[in-house]
Amino acid sequence: MSMQDRVMGAGLKVLNRFAGSTVVDKLGLRRPSEALLYQSTRAGFSTIATAAKLFGAAGKLLKPARLSSRSAGELFDLNPSEEQQMLREAVAQFADEQLRAAAQQADSACATPPELLQAAAELGITLMSLPEELGGAGQERSAVTNVLVAEALAHGDLGLAVAILAPAAVANALVLWGDVEQQSRYLPAFAGAQAPAAALAIQEPHALFDPFQLHTTARLDRDGGWLLDGLKSLVPRAAECALFLVAAHIEEDGRTGLFLVEAGSKGLSVTAEPAMGLRAAATGQLKLRGVKVPAGALLAGGDVTVYGDCIALARLGWCALASGCAQAVLDYLIPYVNGRVAFGEPISHRQAVAFTVANIAIEREGLRLLTLHAASRAERGDSFIQETALARRLAADKGAQIGSEAVQMLGGHGFTKEYPVERWYRDLRAAGIMEGVLLV
Amino acid sequence: MINLETPRKFTALVQQAHQVAEQIFRPNSRKYDRAEHSYPKELDMLASLLDGMNASSAGSGAGAAGVRRDGSADTGNRNGSNLSTVLGVMELCWGDVGLLLSMPRQGLGNSAIASVASEEQLKRFEGRWAAMAITEPGAGSDSANIRTSARLDGDHYVLNGEKIYVTSGERADLVVVWATLDRKLGRAAIKSFVVEKGTPGFELVRLEHKLGIRASDTAAFLLKDVRVPKENLLGSPEVDAQKGFAGVMQTFDNTRPLVAGMAVGLTRACLEETRKLLNKAGLDIDYARPLHRQVSAVADFVRMEADYEAARLLTLQAAWMADNRQPNSLQASMAKAKAGRTCVEVAQKCVELAGSVGYAEGEDGAGLLEKWARDAKILDIFEGTQQIQLLIVARRLLGKSSTELK
Repeated sequence: MSMQDRVMGAGLKVLNRFAGSTVVDKLGLRRPSEALLYQSTRAGFSTIATAAKLFGAAGKLLKPARLSSRSAGELFDLNPSEEQQMLREAVAQFADEQLRAAAQQADSACATPPELLQAAAELGITLMSLPEELGGAGQERSAVTNVLVAEALAHGDLGLAVAILAPAAVANALVLWGDVEQQSRYLPAFAGAQAPAAALAIQEPHALFDPFQLHTTARLDRDGGWLLDGLKSLVPRAAECALFLVAAHIEEDGRTGLFLVEAGSKGLSVTAEPAMGLRAAATGQLKLRGVKVPAGALLAGGDVTVYGDCIALARLGWCALASGCAQAVLDYLIPYVNGRVAFGEPISHRQAVAFTVANIAIEREGLRLLTLHAASRAERGDSFIQETALARRLAADKGAQIGSEAVQMLGGHGFTKEYPVERWYRDLRAAGIMEGVLLV
Repeated sequence: MINLETPRKFTALVQQAHQVAEQIFRPNSRKYDRAEHSYPKELDMLASLLDGMNASSAGSGAGAAGVRRDGSADTGNRNGSNLSTVLGVMELCWGDVGLLLSMPRQGLGNSAIASVASEEQLKRFEGRWAAMAITEPGAGSDSANIRTSARLDGDHYVLNGEKIYVTSGERADLVVVWATLDRKLGRAAIKSFVVEKGTPGFELVRLEHKLGIRASDTAAFLLKDVRVPKENLLGSPEVDAQKGFAGVMQTFDNTRPLVAGMAVGLTRACLEETRKLLNKAGLDIDYARPLHRQVSAVADFVRMEADYEAARLLTLQAAWMADNRQPNSLQASMAKAKAGRTCVEVAQKCVELAGSVGYAEGEDGAGLLEKWARDAKILDIFEGTQQIQLLIVARRLLGKSSTELK
C-alpha cells in the first residue's frame, strides 16, 4: 500500500493538517491577557449577540450527513489502528508540550488562551467528527478514537481539554442526530477556519442532580415553537458560545429533549460560575427565561433513546478525561517519589508510598479498559449504557481517590500551586459529577 | 481495531466450560465442601472430556495445558491459548474453585511443566497429574528463601526438606518441587524438580483442614534423601545469576492471569446470585440514572460490578498480551492484585446484602454465598499474595530492585 493510499484515512488527514500548522510552532507560553481574566471573573454578562451571522450562510444539504459506523472486529484486540495510534501520538505531543505548559496560568486566569484553541482547531479535533461533505475530515464514526484523543488531551491538562472538546460535542451531536435543516444551518461553521464556541448544557444547579429529571422545561408555544425556562450549570466557555445544545423536560409529554439555542436569543443570559476545577474551561451558568426557539430547534424529534445515548457518550468523555489525567498523575508521581529523600532514602523505598503508586496504576488501568470497552460497543451500535455506568463508577470513585493520593504523596508540596497535583485533585473530582459537556 | 468482547471463536469453548460448571461443579459444590478430603469421583469422567477439549482447540480447560508461548512468526493480533484458557477458567470457577483445583491432570505442576519443560520432558510427563510444591513452613511469599536442598549425586539429585500447601498433593501423580542447589548462591540456585509419587523418602505427612476450597486437597510432604533422576530437572541445571530464578518465576507470568481468572469467575457467581436477590426484593438496577438517586444496595451492587469488570478486563489483557508475546508480568500482577482483592470484597459484601440467606449453608444458589466468601480468600493469597503483587507492580513501575523496595 502506497503512502498516498494510506493518507486517505481520516486520521491521517487530520494529522496532515496538524503537521502543516504554523500556529503550533509559533505558540509559546504567553501570559493570559488581562482582558480574559477580567471577563471570566466579572459578575455577569450577556452571551455574544452575533450568533445568527455565523450560521446558515452555506448551502443546504439534501439529506443528513452521517459518518459510517464501524464494523465489528472478530478478535479481542487492545491495539489501536495505525491511524488511531498516529493521531493519538500527535495529540499527546500537543497536549504534553502545549497544554501542560499553559495549564497553571489558564487555571488561575479561568480562561483558555485563544492561541491554544486555534492550535487545537488546526489539529482537527472538531474536524475529524465532521463528514467530508460538510468540509470535515471524518469518514467513520469512532467513539474509540474520540476516547483516545480525549485521554491524550487530558494527560496535558483536563481543564484545557474540556475547553477544547466542548464545541466538538455539539458538532458530534448534530452529525449523529441532526436533521437536514439543523445540519445545513449549523455544521458548516464548525468546519470553517473560525469554528464557533458551543456547549452541550445538561447539568443543573441542584444537589443529587439527575439528567433524567430536569428542572429546565420546554413548553409548546402557540405558533409551534418552544419556550425554554431554567438554569444550566458549569457550561464551558459559556460567555463566548455561539450555540448551546440545551436539555429540557418537555412539559407536554414528559420526555427529555435537546434544543438548539443560539446565543443572543432573547431571555438568555450567562453568569460566570468558576468552580473548584475545570477553571481553564471558563465555566458559566446559563439562564433561560422564556427563551423562544423555533419548532425545528428540537434535536431528533425528542427521541428518548437519543437523549439516553447522549448522556452516556458524555459520561464516556469524562471517563476518558479522568483516565488521561490519572495517567498524568502516575507519570508525575513516579519520578517524584524516586527523587524525594526522607529518612536517608527515596520515599519510594517504603511500601506505604510504593503501594499507593501501584494502586493508582491498577485502578487507572481498570478505568481505561472499561472506558474502551464501552466506547468500542458504542461505535459498533451495541448496547453500551451498562458498560458506561460501570466505567463512570470507576471514574467517580477511583478518579477522586487518585487525585487525593497524588496530593498526599507530595505532602505539603502537593498542597501548593508550585506543583500540578493540587490542580489534578480539583479536576479529577469533576469527572464523576459532570453530565453533558463532552460527547465521544 | 480495539475490541474487548469475547471473540466469537471461543464462544463454543466458553459454553462448554459453563455447562461443566453448571451441570457438574455446582451440584457437587456443597457435598465436597462438607466432605473435606474425600475425592470428587464425579471429576474422573470429566478428565477425559477435558483432555479432549485441550487437544481440540488451541488449549483450554483448567489452565494446565496452554500457557506455553510458542514461537510462531505471525505478527498480527492473536487470540490464542492464554486467552481461551483464562476464559475457560472463569467459567469453571463460576461453578466451583475447589473443584477446578481438583481437576485431574490440571494442576499447577502441569502448568509449570507445560510452560518450561523440554520437548523430551513434555512427552515423558504427558497425561500425568502434577502438583506444585513451593511453600515451606519457613518460607511462603519469600520463595527465594526456601531450604529444601538438591544435591547432585551421580545421575540423581538428592532432595531433602519439607513442603507444605501442595494443592492436589495427595491425588497427583507427580509433584514439581522447588529446591536449592546451594543456599549460599541465593535465588539463582533455585530449581524445580519433577518428583514421582512413591519415590522412597517422599512422604505425605498430612492434609490441611481449611477455611475454603475444601474440595481441593492440600498436602504437606517430608523429603528425606529423595533420589530424583537428573533429567527430571525443569529448565537449565546451570546456576546462572542472570537467569536462574527468573526461569522458575517465569511460570508465574503465565499462571497469574489464570488465578486472576479464577477470582473473576467466583466474583461473577456472587454478583449473579445477589442480583437475583435484589430483583426478588423489588430492586431493579437502572444503569442510566445516577447512583445517588437509587437505593444504597443498588449503589453497592454497581460499585462491585465496576470493580468486577476492571478485574475481568485486566485479566483478559494480561492473557491477550501473553498470546501476543508481549512482556506481561506487570499486567499479570495488576490483574492478580485487582481480581484477588475484588473477589474477597465482593463475596463478603454479597453475604452482607443477602443477610442470613447468604450466611447460612444452602445447597445451591444464594445458599452457596457463604461458601464462596470462604473460598475467595485463598485467591488473594496463593500464586502470590496481594502484597507480593503490589510489590511486583511497584518495583516495575518505579524501577526498583527487591533490595531497594523490600
